[in-house]
Amino acid sequence: MSYINTHVRWERMTLFGILFLAVMIPLILPIGWRTDVSPHVQMVYDLVDKTPPGSAILISFDYEPSTMPELKPMAMSLVDHAWQKGHKVIAVALWPMGVQMANDVFSELTASPSEISSDEIPDVQTTDVKEKDESDEMMTPAVSANSIRRYSSKRYGIDYVNLGFKSGAMVTIKAMGRNIRETFPTDTFGTPIDSLPIMDNIVHLRDLAYIISLSAGDPGLKQWIMVAHDNFKVKVSGGTTAVSAPGFLPYINNRNQLRGLMGGLKGAAEYEKLMGTFGPASIKMDSQSIAHVIILVFIAIGNVRSFRRRRKQRQARDKE
Amino acid sequence: MRRVILLTISIFLSYFSLHSSLLEFQIRDFPWDDGKALILEWRLDADSDSLRIQKLDPNGHYVTIYDTTKPSGTIMDDDVQPDEAFQYRLIVYNRATGDSAMVDRSMVPLVQWYNTQKTPLLVMMLLLSGATLYYIIASKRGKEFFIRRINALDSMEEAIGRATEKGKPILFIPGIGDLDDIQTIAGLTILSHLATRAAQFDADIIVPVRFSMVLTAAREVVKEAYTRAERADAYRSDRIFYLTDDQFGYVAGIDGIMVREQPAANFFLGSFYAESLILAETGFSTGAIQTAGTAMPHQIPFFVVACDWTLIGEELFAASAYLSRDAQQLGSLKGHDFGKLLCISLIVVGVILEYAGIHWLSNIFNIG
Amino acid sequence: MKRTIPVIITFVVGMLVIISEFVPHKPFGSIAGTLENWFLIIAGFAIILGVLSLLRMSGHKINSKAPNWQYYLAGIISFSVMVLVGVLWGMRESRGIFGDGENLFNWLGAKPFDYLFNNFFIHLSATMFSLLAFYIASAAYRAFIIRSFESNLLMITAVIIMLGRTSLGNIMTGWLPQNMQFLHLPRIADYIMIYPNSAAQRAIMISAALGVIGSSLRIILGIERSYLGGGN
Repeated sequence: MSYINTHVRWERMTLFGILFLAVMIPLILPIGWRTDVSPHVQMVYDLVDKTPPGSAILISFDYEPSTMPELKPMAMSLVDHAWQKGHKVIAVALWPMGVQMANDVFSELTASPSEISSDEIPDVQTTDVKEKDESDEMMTPAVSANSIRRYSSKRYGIDYVNLGFKSGAMVTIKAMGRNIRETFPTDTFGTPIDSLPIMDNIVHLRDLAYIISLSAGDPGLKQWIMVAHDNFKVKVSGGTTAVSAPGFLPYINNRNQLRGLMGGLKGAAEYEKLMGTFGPASIKMDSQSIAHVIILVFIAIGNVRSFRRRRKQRQARDKE
Repeated sequence: MRRVILLTISIFLSYFSLHSSLLEFQIRDFPWDDGKALILEWRLDADSDSLRIQKLDPNGHYVTIYDTTKPSGTIMDDDVQPDEAFQYRLIVYNRATGDSAMVDRSMVPLVQWYNTQKTPLLVMMLLLSGATLYYIIASKRGKEFFIRRINALDSMEEAIGRATEKGKPILFIPGIGDLDDIQTIAGLTILSHLATRAAQFDADIIVPVRFSMVLTAAREVVKEAYTRAERADAYRSDRIFYLTDDQFGYVAGIDGIMVREQPAANFFLGSFYAESLILAETGFSTGAIQTAGTAMPHQIPFFVVACDWTLIGEELFAASAYLSRDAQQLGSLKGHDFGKLLCISLIVVGVILEYAGIHWLSNIFNIG
Repeated sequence: MKRTIPVIITFVVGMLVIISEFVPHKPFGSIAGTLENWFLIIAGFAIILGVLSLLRMSGHKINSKAPNWQYYLAGIISFSVMVLVGVLWGMRESRGIFGDGENLFNWLGAKPFDYLFNNFFIHLSATMFSLLAFYIASAAYRAFIIRSFESNLLMITAVIIMLGRTSLGNIMTGWLPQNMQFLHLPRIADYIMIYPNSAAQRAIMISAALGVIGSSLRIILGIERSYLGGGN
């Protein structure tokens, strides 16, 4: 490839500038488009929905701040759904910063209404409020301006716990399969696990109803599938970044190695739709949709230019 | 008196009715382990609404190990030792009537030497390894095997030559995996060949790494390459350095190096994740000739789009054999081909059998 | 001898790990886990090497006033500040040498380490990741040019997937009657992802796995020794 000259550099800058505006404007002025729910996200939803109340479940926060925009909305919706169903949520992390990610999610969801700052609520402006209608493609944002549910009555150690980070990926999961209490003798705050009521009767991975890994790379969902499902026969589901999602589709098979998958922001938005909320993922999907259209427009422009260039070259050759 | 007799009979009958309501309490050895776990299973009817499982401790006392209201279930007790009998007691309650019943069981955990469920895996492993060894031996005996051209590897010389002409360095990224990732090892084996050529051409090579273990290995590889090329004096250990463990911190560091040092040739060989396109596009913007190789299926398209040459999947692992032209290594590549042929045959046969409603082949590969 | 001993160790350890996969009996059953723990312990100590290398390299660039030495100075300052504030005042879950730094906490609203982490590191990481969006656009603009039948196919697939994966796909084809739902863009996109895409990915995964087997065999048998820093 030839060295990028000034003309090409300006072309790139123009493209980046237009894309920046295309992403920014819908965030400030949300459109309110909704997306259809795909079967894979429906599988994740059904797994959570059909698990009996009182079950202990595990969410592995295997991501870091760079992928938070895609995975945190999934985490929020999942914990929201799990708590609605009366599940007890145990958080672990195979990435060091996953601990912080889990704490953020729990802090936000257990904040009392007075603690919610105005910038935590989606900043939407509308004068029309209409009934939520599942068949509508447009959902007036104001219907769910406060759509992030709060669970200020949920108690740490009883309804949820953060066991923290453990390095070792597959080794850690295998050790958890044998004995979670030995692998995590304390939670992330140093509290002995025996004094946490949520961990009563939880000894092995098999004592969990299901495991969900929110994974941005390695270690992550693949290790949970290989060890927790294949070795210990625990139900595993997950959410990944959009880039990684296609790589996990083969695991959704008749052996149920993976029970559904949320891929990227769209997966998170679909889950929010199933939850009946209009959360951060749904808002950001407007930007994503516009950005995709802009990219398609630029691809078309690129093709037109390439076609004209080739025609000129052919004409020049014919003249010779 | 009649009342006493009736009461006694009802207690006796309720005991038996509760006892007969206990359908199953079994203990079995955990299959194919080192004898350190037992599986306890129970199944009761709806009349019994809670139970307790107790285990006899070394002091002769029964200690509760599980307490539940589930009418059926399975628990695993991994606090056992092989070849030693362990005694358990299941106590069943009926809260409404206040009746209870008790069942005793014991079991000796057994150690197994072999996991028969993994036999298909063993057979496949022996077939593939055997084929690879066969071709290695055949190659040692002088048999020549055809290997197709891999343009990405042929272009390495051109890339190094270009870097030398321009007086710019070569940038080599061994992926973002640690030393336990086989792709990193594959990347380092290519680094060895690359560093030898770079030493011969007197081109500078920069190798930023993400993990300290990879740093140690990369330094050793490059140092030996320079020694082999009789340019030990030109080796600079500060050109192989650690950046950071953080994924995007590492990417930011590499982008900075690319923009500042303006390398003429970039090599991305190893395991990559989301940062692949960021690296490749930044490299493109500096005008470098780029060669990438990874076995991560979802990153290959980004490299194909943004790089001049791409090693796809197994080409990364074949690179060392291809570059060295060592007979034994080339023979082992033939083993890859045998493996592919085996997989294709199994897939075709398996699909036909599944369509015909015959599932024994797919059941064989259902390894628990 | 320098290369023979590592090759022997590689062979023995490789064979042990393979055997442990099939033999649960002591001591093989737990050997793989033990070896992985050893690797983690060594990696933990090795991080000191990496940090020293980074500091030495940066220090050398600053001392010799090499071009762009200011960036290396910024790197060392950032490194030092994060280490210092973490050691002195701890993080959310842990105390530092100077306790929990209540005064600083009251002023910043969080411990210094957490403040820097939440307000600098998280945003910087997100910024780096967001570069992908722009680079995907520029790469697509450059790469999706119709030249041949294959590139034509690639273009059509790209358009379907890009529209089908957003709300627009739903809006554009959601009005189709029930018997024409197969033309619904999200459904076509899902079909492409589940069938042709999965097939291609599985093929690459299988061939890569075979490559891993071949490569691992060569390493275990000592045929491949380049990673040790030598010839064969």
